[in-house]
Amino acid sequence: MTLSPSSIEQVIPGQGAMAQPSARARRRRFRFVANAKAATGLVVLGVYALLAVIGPWIAPYDPDARSADVLQAPSARHLFGTTHLGQDIFSQILVGARSVMVVGLIAGVLATVLSILIGVTAGYLGGAADESLSAVSNVFLVIPALPLIIIVASLVDQAGELLVALIIGLTSWAWGARVLRAQTLSLRRRDYVEAARATGERTWRIIGFEVLPNLTAIIASGFVGTVIFAVMSEITLAFIGISSVSSWNWGTILFWAQGQQALAQGAWWWFVPAGLAIALLGTALALINFGIDEFVSPRLRTSGQGRIRTADGRTVRMRVGFTPVLAPKAAPVPMRRAAENTREDVNP
Amino acid sequence: MRFLLQRVAFYLFTAWAAITLNFFIPRIVPGDPVQSLISRNQGRISADAVASLRVLFGLDSDRSLWEQYVDYWGQLLHGDLGLSFTFFPAPVSQVIGDSLPWTVGLVGVTTIVSFLLGTALGVGAGWRRGSWIDGLLPATTFLSSIPYFWLGLVAIALFAGPGSFFPSSGGYEPGLVPAFDAYFIPSALQHSILPAATILVSSMSGWILSMRNMMVTVSSEDYITVAHAKGLSERRVALSYAARNALLPNVSGFALSLGFIVGGTLLVEIVFSYPGLGFQLFQAVGSKDYPLMQGIFLIITISVLVANLLADVAYLLLDPRTRKS
Repeated sequence: MTLSPSSIEQVIPGQGAMAQPSARARRRRFRFVANAKAATGLVVLGVYALLAVIGPWIAPYDPDARSADVLQAPSARHLFGTTHLGQDIFSQILVGARSVMVVGLIAGVLATVLSILIGVTAGYLGGAADESLSAVSNVFLVIPALPLIIIVASLVDQAGELLVALIIGLTSWAWGARVLRAQTLSLRRRDYVEAARATGERTWRIIGFEVLPNLTAIIASGFVGTVIFAVMSEITLAFIGISSVSSWNWGTILFWAQGQQALAQGAWWWFVPAGLAIALLGTALALINFGIDEFVSPRLRTSGQGRIRTADGRTVRMRVGFTPVLAPKAAPVPMRRAAENTREDVNP
Repeated sequence: MRFLLQRVAFYLFTAWAAITLNFFIPRIVPGDPVQSLISRNQGRISADAVASLRVLFGLDSDRSLWEQYVDYWGQLLHGDLGLSFTFFPAPVSQVIGDSLPWTVGLVGVTTIVSFLLGTALGVGAGWRRGSWIDGLLPATTFLSSIPYFWLGLVAIALFAGPGSFFPSSGGYEPGLVPAFDAYFIPSALQHSILPAATILVSSMSGWILSMRNMMVTVSSEDYITVAHAKGLSERRVALSYAARNALLPNVSGFALSLGFIVGGTLLVEIVFSYPGLGFQLFQAVGSKDYPLMQGIFLIITISVLVANLLADVAYLLLDPRTRKS
């Protein structure tokens, strides 16, 4: 009785849903949010998005304003302490959230769109189109993105947010494109795609309705991965002092912390909040990614994979290839015997 | 063999494209910062060196683009990457030659160890879902979401105080001469533990996760059921049937993500002041040493290409299907 609802649905496909397709659709949509990982990730991401919008308004101090409270540890007045100039670090984090989120979003969307256009087209069309598109994406793939971004950004004096986002987006689509191409290559030979082609479906319709839905997980993980990478890159550029230091993001905070020897002075509050903010954002995105993965491919779920009670009251560990016979509430004798036989068959 | 030759040809093409990109970057970006550096060092740089810098950065605008391109190639083939401004009289190729072994040692070894360890854990996690390794996944996800350089900062703060066993910066004890002897090697190892651990902790979870998910996918294939039905031992099914097939996408993923990993690990070098390419790049950025930056970029790109080729060879050995088609 420990099976998750989804497994039951697999056993009895579509039961009770035939009559009300809309109810089923609602439940399916609800199930993605009901996934604990995805829900956690979405909630955290929502908080970050909210901070990106209202952060600069609710910040208690001006992040640039100096004060007499120099290098103070966290207190009620300054939640995350202050810098060597008496600037409030909590305000800097709040104000910096917007820049981080905006760059992540722009770069992520740009890279994802490029990777779908190039990867799926190359994988589906094959031939010369595939060869040339693969060549382009391979060139972008092997060129280590971060050093390239560093060089381009440092040649441009004081690169702004938008420019950084564009550079990141234009250099980091290749990974997604190559993975998408590989998956499309394997999908286009599947029976249902062949069948769609045989019935005379148009190419764009096969790509849009037969191939793309099966790539959802890869596209989503590619998007999330790119957003994480873009955030990291932006913060890195600020940390090593290439991008403009006039606007606040979490990397700028770390740049000043490193430059003023915060570590040697024991000012842990200077660099810990920014790092945790980055890590929490990355974790939230990764959790959403897991949620999407598990939604698309239920096999990846960890829930319901523990020990299962069998008919005779013993517990059996679920393994691949097993079909457990669950303890019925009031099992008739013949069924019980059958259940025991089944269990012996699968349990060496 | 034919497959391998195709790959080699492909990587040669990619190398050509990367070098061409390197040729165009300083020519596309507005302004010529190198010109000001040359004029600032007027009289200190020999005429030959000035000429080579002009070729590298497109300052010889009286020549046609095609002639510039030919000159650029000719200079690269002679190993002339210009002069470094940071390490003034030293040519870029020499600076890179000094720091490359450190990066290859640190980044190369930790990347391979991280891949092997992560894959092994992923096999376990995927085969026995719901076991303790699955419980580790959220923790490793959190660790991998932390920027490498920040983890390095925390590691220094926690482990590398005064009097600690772990040094907080450098690649070896100052005062030692780099050589393969009983004094230098232990010191170099001691200095590499903390950066290596930092890279390992943050890069491993990706391998665990991708391998776990591939194992889960593979283990519902028919041939796994057949292997079970034949009565093969659990271990044999898991390793020889499931893991072997699940490994293939992970190996290509390894090749794919090398560029990303190298980018991230360079930052660890910066935090630990490790004398590798990343730290040199950081110094070059700080002092606007464009010839050094371009040279490092080129070398990193070519190293990643070579590593990709090696991963292709590994794939070839692992997957008989690639050999047949």
